[in-house]
Amino acid sequence: MAMKSKHQRLVLAIVAIVAVIGAGLLAASALKDEAAYFYAPNEVKVKGVEPGKAIRLGGMVVTGSLRKEADGVTIAFDVTDGKATVPARFTGIAPDLFREGSGVVAEGAFDKGGTFIATNLLAKHDERYMPRELEGMDYNAATHEMKAEK
Amino acid sequence: MKSGWLLWLPLALFAALGALFLGGLLHPEERVITSKMIGKPLPAFTLPQAASDRPALVSAEFAQGKPRLLNIFASWCVPCAAESPQLMALAQAGVPIDGIAIRDAREDVDAFLARWGNPYSHIGLDARSSVQIALGSSGVPETFLIDGQGRIVFQHVGDIRAEDVPGIIAKWKAAQ
Amino acid sequence: MIAELGLAALWLAASLALLQLALAAFGLKQGREDLLGGVRPVAVTQALLVALAFLCLVLLFLRSDMSVLLVAMNSHSAKPWLYKFAGTWGNHEGSMLLWVTVMGVAGAGVALFERTLRRDTHMATLGAQAAISLGFYAFLLFSSNPFARLDPPAPDGQGLNPLLQDPGLAFHPPTLYLGYVGLSVAFSFAVGALMTRNVDAAFARAMRPWVLGAWVLLTLGITAGSYWAYYELGWGGWWFWDPVENASLMPWLAATALLHSVTVLATRDALRAWTVMLAVVAFSMSMVGTFLVRSGILTSVHAFAVDPERGSFILALLAIYIGGALALFGLRVGTVREGEQFEMMSREALLVVNNLLLTVILGVVLIGTLYPLMTEAFGHKVSVGPPYFDRIAGPLALILMLAMIVGPLTRWRRDRAGVVAGRLLWPAIVMLGLVAVLAVTAWGRIGVLPFLGLVVAGGVALGSLIPLTKRNLRRTPLFIWGMVIAHLGCAVSLAGMASESAFNVEKLIAMAPGDSVETAGWTVRFDRVAPIAGDNWTAMQADVSASRGGATARLRPQSRFFTSPPTTTTESAILTKWDGQLYVVLGDRLDDGRWQMRIWWKPFVTLIWLGGVLIALGGVLAIIGRERRGWALKLRQIRAGEFG
Repeated sequence: MAMKSKHQRLVLAIVAIVAVIGAGLLAASALKDEAAYFYAPNEVKVKGVEPGKAIRLGGMVVTGSLRKEADGVTIAFDVTDGKATVPARFTGIAPDLFREGSGVVAEGAFDKGGTFIATNLLAKHDERYMPRELEGMDYNAATHEMKAEK
Repeated sequence: MKSGWLLWLPLALFAALGALFLGGLLHPEERVITSKMIGKPLPAFTLPQAASDRPALVSAEFAQGKPRLLNIFASWCVPCAAESPQLMALAQAGVPIDGIAIRDAREDVDAFLARWGNPYSHIGLDARSSVQIALGSSGVPETFLIDGQGRIVFQHVGDIRAEDVPGIIAKWKAAQ
Repeated sequence: MIAELGLAALWLAASLALLQLALAAFGLKQGREDLLGGVRPVAVTQALLVALAFLCLVLLFLRSDMSVLLVAMNSHSAKPWLYKFAGTWGNHEGSMLLWVTVMGVAGAGVALFERTLRRDTHMATLGAQAAISLGFYAFLLFSSNPFARLDPPAPDGQGLNPLLQDPGLAFHPPTLYLGYVGLSVAFSFAVGALMTRNVDAAFARAMRPWVLGAWVLLTLGITAGSYWAYYELGWGGWWFWDPVENASLMPWLAATALLHSVTVLATRDALRAWTVMLAVVAFSMSMVGTFLVRSGILTSVHAFAVDPERGSFILALLAIYIGGALALFGLRVGTVREGEQFEMMSREALLVVNNLLLTVILGVVLIGTLYPLMTEAFGHKVSVGPPYFDRIAGPLALILMLAMIVGPLTRWRRDRAGVVAGRLLWPAIVMLGLVAVLAVTAWGRIGVLPFLGLVVAGGVALGSLIPLTKRNLRRTPLFIWGMVIAHLGCAVSLAGMASESAFNVEKLIAMAPGDSVETAGWTVRFDRVAPIAGDNWTAMQADVSASRGGATARLRPQSRFFTSPPTTTTESAILTKWDGQLYVVLGDRLDDGRWQMRIWWKPFVTLIWLGGVLIALGGVLAIIGRERRGWALKLRQIRAGEFG
């Protein structure tokens, strides 16, 4: 099985290129299924999202829509972008900044009844605005964000 | 070696990556959430006094015929300190500014104003962010321009930089 | 004065870097020995000066000099001294200064200790190192001066953020940075070797300790970062495939590939072009990682300040260095003489498989991380999360682990497939046995990936030890021990990951004080909840007793409220047992007086980080084993006053 001396380098180069292309194809095929697109409620209404497909849903939590269920760990609420409204449910510990009237990005998928089942909630937080002049703050902001998000 | 072009493939891949990064830098993702309240009347609110030497803030203040700026800030917010020279400059140019301190305490606000200057004529304390949310603001600092009829005409998200000041003054004059 | 001294030292160091580059470039081009003779002393002086600048910044932080903008922004006089010290690099400017300092010191190390490399290659390497440093000096001096003054001085600093006062956070970033800088040295070696068309075994032996060292630090940094995210975020996970995490994983993947190919080059003088390419890729991944984190073009839960200017600067450096190196590669590598040949069934070939798999994983992670950026260019907002990465990287990693069993059991240059298969008998039996046991006990209850993960972990654990059999353990070279322990660490870590995802039990429940709940063999009782106050936070702290088999332990998870800035954080409570961790998080209070409580039992989860530490330990042993003799020799030479 000895490779001819002249060809070994070429073979290795071709194998390496095949590997890189393979990585690209593999990534492309998986991304088609697994990348979660960002939807606003109106886009959900207009374009439609098939049940079970992982997406991110972003909007405002409708004031007055937040209900806690009897198990104490499930909440139901409506998400709106001003044009359309979508019902959502979440089981877990909601982040501190999650409240009625505030912005939310929910990760999850729709069930067959059209309710969005969130597996994760990301609430908007306050420390996003960092001016250029205060460069030293970035690390603080980093930790802070990590803490504040959930 | 006939396959000489293969040697340049890594450079080509890297160039594509660089172009992608450059594109990302030049067109930053829309990170700013603008309020749905622009063009609508200011929601009614009454906020308690937030600083020892400035009166409390009620929404009626904004319906007296003169346009005013409403600045949302907090003593614990570093960008708010950074924009304070710009707010002072606006105040000196004759723009009336009112403030809402978010989730704050009076002694902290006093210390903040003593340190960074006080451009405000009224300051209200919004201990639970309720007015902030009603305004459709999602962070600090943010600044709203309210016309003399109590309508929100403009929102500036993030800290006001020196280059933003002339534009804000122009908008304030236009609202008169 | 200290600030001005630091700034002056920094300027001097930068000009010396320029001088170092010029001396090396002209000296090599015109063959002038008098110019080349100056390179090494200049490199050492440059290192001393930049170290002085860094020392000045450390002093400013320790003395809480609030007339310095950086100190006022990031420190506070009431901080414990350790955090003032760590505050030096807990910010952009300071971390960049740390970066050039380590780079300068590493350059001095290359100048002083490297004696086996051909002289022209050595000089070209030092020139390349100076060129890289120069870019970072420019970055510091023109766009992020750490010594800028604040006039008037602040009465006290801003940075009394208690969230930052965490030993893990103080030492995690510099560990990763040191790893990145180590890869920059490997990159300089590669550029030096290309310049002088001198890619051979001696070059690989000179580069290897730097690659190993960088890889050890990256391993430790990633392991520590993973544990930090695990206990601090309170989400129960240990890896989130977040862009910032990926930014540290990608250089590690490239460094792991490089580590193996450099060994092939050092031992067998094969894979010349490939090793050079990997050295370039490894450093470019460090730069890409730094760029992604610092420019903020990707949104992340770890989001840093968004700063287009800094991003542009790093992108420009990235384009110059990596683009330049790849162009040099295209021009020169065709003229590098081809290395030794090897057969399809040989350790070289298996290491090629290792390298290819690592490259594919790297490519997949890179594409997944950047995909949101690509789609954004077409107006779609997309996020790529764990489902993508798990689905692709998981199976590839398992195949890689299988190759890891075979590689060390195969001879260099040529081996017979039948003989290799015979050596694989015991690992194969162990894996088949594990398949049988798991199929009977856990079929249908656990996913395919965790199932295979447990099986492969068993095989690798045994297979990694086989190279020690038939050896006198006392006489076994240290670098063999290093390989064995690092591979064993991979098996241990994989076992932890697979066990955590296969057998993890989660309970999410609302409990009133006095309630108990049974989960995974534990009885968890919520005794009471009481307020508690810290320096600038108040918290509700739950008293939880967890009992199993007669023994009871206390856990105290908290829900903390900080006053400035106002934030709520959860402080998880973790009980570590030999067979796993009980992880309790206190959530919100409900209107009826109950509290949300999230309880996980994570069997053998600690193995994940134990494995990481073992991998790093293996790397350390390999460095000592390979370099011990050389170091002793060089120290004797230096003591004898030889220089040059």
